[in-house]
Amino acid sequence: MDFSSINPALLIASLMVSATPILLAAIGEAVVEKSGVLNLGVEGMMIVGAVVGFIIAVNTDAPLLGFICAAIVSGIFSMIFGILTQYLKSNQVATGLGLTLVGLGLSALLGRPYEGMKSPTLKALDIPFLGDIPVLGKMLFSHDLMIYFSVFIVAMVWWFLKFTHAGMVLRAVGENHDAAHALGYKVVRVRMLAIMFGGATSGLGGAYISLARVPQWTEGMTAGAGWIALAIVVFASWRPWRVLFGAYIFGGVTVLQLNLQAAGASIPVEYLSMSPYLITIVVLVIISSRGNQGAPASLGRPFHASS
Amino acid sequence: MLKLEKRLQQSKKWIYLSPFLAVVITMISGGILFTILGENPFEAIRIIFWDPLFDPNFASYSRPQLLVKAGPLILIAIGLSFGFKAGVWNIGAEGQYIMGAIFGAGLALAFYPMESKLIFPLMIIAGALGGFLWGMIPAFLKAKLNANEILVSLMLVYVAESILASVSQGLLKNPDGYGFPGSRNLQKYESAANVEIISNSGMHWGVLFAFITVIFSYIVLTRHIQGFNIQLTGEAPRAAKFAGVNPTANIVFCLGISGALAGLAGMFEVAGPSGQITIEFNSGYGFTAIIVAFLGRLHPVGILLSGLLIALTYIGGELAQLMLGLPGASIQLFQGMLLFFLLATDLFANYRVKIGTN
Repeated sequence: MDFSSINPALLIASLMVSATPILLAAIGEAVVEKSGVLNLGVEGMMIVGAVVGFIIAVNTDAPLLGFICAAIVSGIFSMIFGILTQYLKSNQVATGLGLTLVGLGLSALLGRPYEGMKSPTLKALDIPFLGDIPVLGKMLFSHDLMIYFSVFIVAMVWWFLKFTHAGMVLRAVGENHDAAHALGYKVVRVRMLAIMFGGATSGLGGAYISLARVPQWTEGMTAGAGWIALAIVVFASWRPWRVLFGAYIFGGVTVLQLNLQAAGASIPVEYLSMSPYLITIVVLVIISSRGNQGAPASLGRPFHASS
Repeated sequence: MLKLEKRLQQSKKWIYLSPFLAVVITMISGGILFTILGENPFEAIRIIFWDPLFDPNFASYSRPQLLVKAGPLILIAIGLSFGFKAGVWNIGAEGQYIMGAIFGAGLALAFYPMESKLIFPLMIIAGALGGFLWGMIPAFLKAKLNANEILVSLMLVYVAESILASVSQGLLKNPDGYGFPGSRNLQKYESAANVEIISNSGMHWGVLFAFITVIFSYIVLTRHIQGFNIQLTGEAPRAAKFAGVNPTANIVFCLGISGALAGLAGMFEVAGPSGQITIEFNSGYGFTAIIVAFLGRLHPVGILLSGLLIALTYIGGELAQLMLGLPGASIQLFQGMLLFFLLATDLFANYRVKIGTN
């Protein structure tokens, strides 16, 4: 095998591409979980975003419009989960699983006529000066808009949770919904907004897979990315910058194993392709064995205002 | 204004009523969905729910299929129901199903072409063991290292799929298969074949096992201390702690039994209806079984009935694909909607809905 065919600059660049879908989904889910809700439907919301983004982009030839529609539709789709769990008090685990199953079915149904087509992709931004820096320019400053936008969202979430009053309310709702309710905060409304935000970013993440990373539509193409995003939230101890870190590590592993496959490593392909999932388990175990620091105290618990 | 008032105890009446209500609402919204897709809704519903059982042209083929499809669903769902009751969420049954099939088929192929009456019973043990061991990974990581069993069991599905791809092209590949991926056909290997017990009924050994499991689980849940512990842990974790229920034992029991039963389902499938290990051997039973378990109210008899109903939607879905050209995914959507409506109508079991303001 030939390691010299693996170019570190390109490796970093493609690492960012491969991490972005998971990053977008994970940062949204981190906000949802911070508000005390466990939405296991990330995979379903992502794949709905993937198919909607693809359909819109192919029909209008405007990939950016595809991303916007993906965010809107996945946000609406997540409201099924929101209404069921927040207003109809259904079990969050079961409802989240249901959302994933429905999302997979719905996307397969919608996307069938589009199998095998190619989508228009976002153009790489031509950043003057920065893009011309040798090595670093190619690595960090020649990406498409969505990659920078995903980092921007992480920064916004960090700022929102840490420095704004609304962010404090959201955290309070997630830590102790009964106390937050007693203080007069609208627990259900805060959670519905958080769920919708999580849906929208998951939709963006899904659309990034079908419009930028692959760019094609195939049934079930998210292939567990939503579940990995859930694991990354735990890995990150619900902190925004650590979500970014976790997603990029994961992206790195994925890209590296793809590069090793391409370079003809002596490890069988099947073992390489299972490695991202195995590493996710290992990381999850290491983090969890130290106790779940930072887990919102009301996470997954149903809320019913008795008065 | 609608107001919700929490019931002190779940309403017995609504627990039994809500699945039926959910089925009716699903049929109505399914009808709307089919109208949007440009089909006659009444015809589509008839083709899915009625024709497989009663149409003279199809019934002779599809009636046995009902048991063939329901068998694995019931087996897996019964296993899952233990954990779901106790709050142990095994959602990686698909992976345990694959590992059971690989273990069972692997054992059979190791003995090939020897003929012996012992091979099939040994395969049953191997299949259950494969699923059990695969379920023990999240159980161990949860009990000892506090890792979330939902995520670990799910990740292991993808790992199992990779192993499946590997063995069907390597270790278990048919040496006389002209280089095509996939194992020998176990149905042509007499000692290993999972044959129909009553011909043309669809009733193979796996279906018989599923029925036995229903009875077994009913006894465990209503008569055995383990069943009591499981229900106690799910409904009142603190009380369970004070009562001395060992949480580790509970996790191991729940993941072990659901893994073993999913493994059995995989083994019976590979030795029977499917016949061979191939890359696309698994067909999502492990995930659909989650719907079956909830629709059956996590109750053995309920799961038996819901397993048959979901099996009917599979067969009806295939028929609708054939007759109307409806995409196969619409059935998956149908099944998911059923779960949603069930969860929504559960509201009535847990809360009193009152009209008016206070």
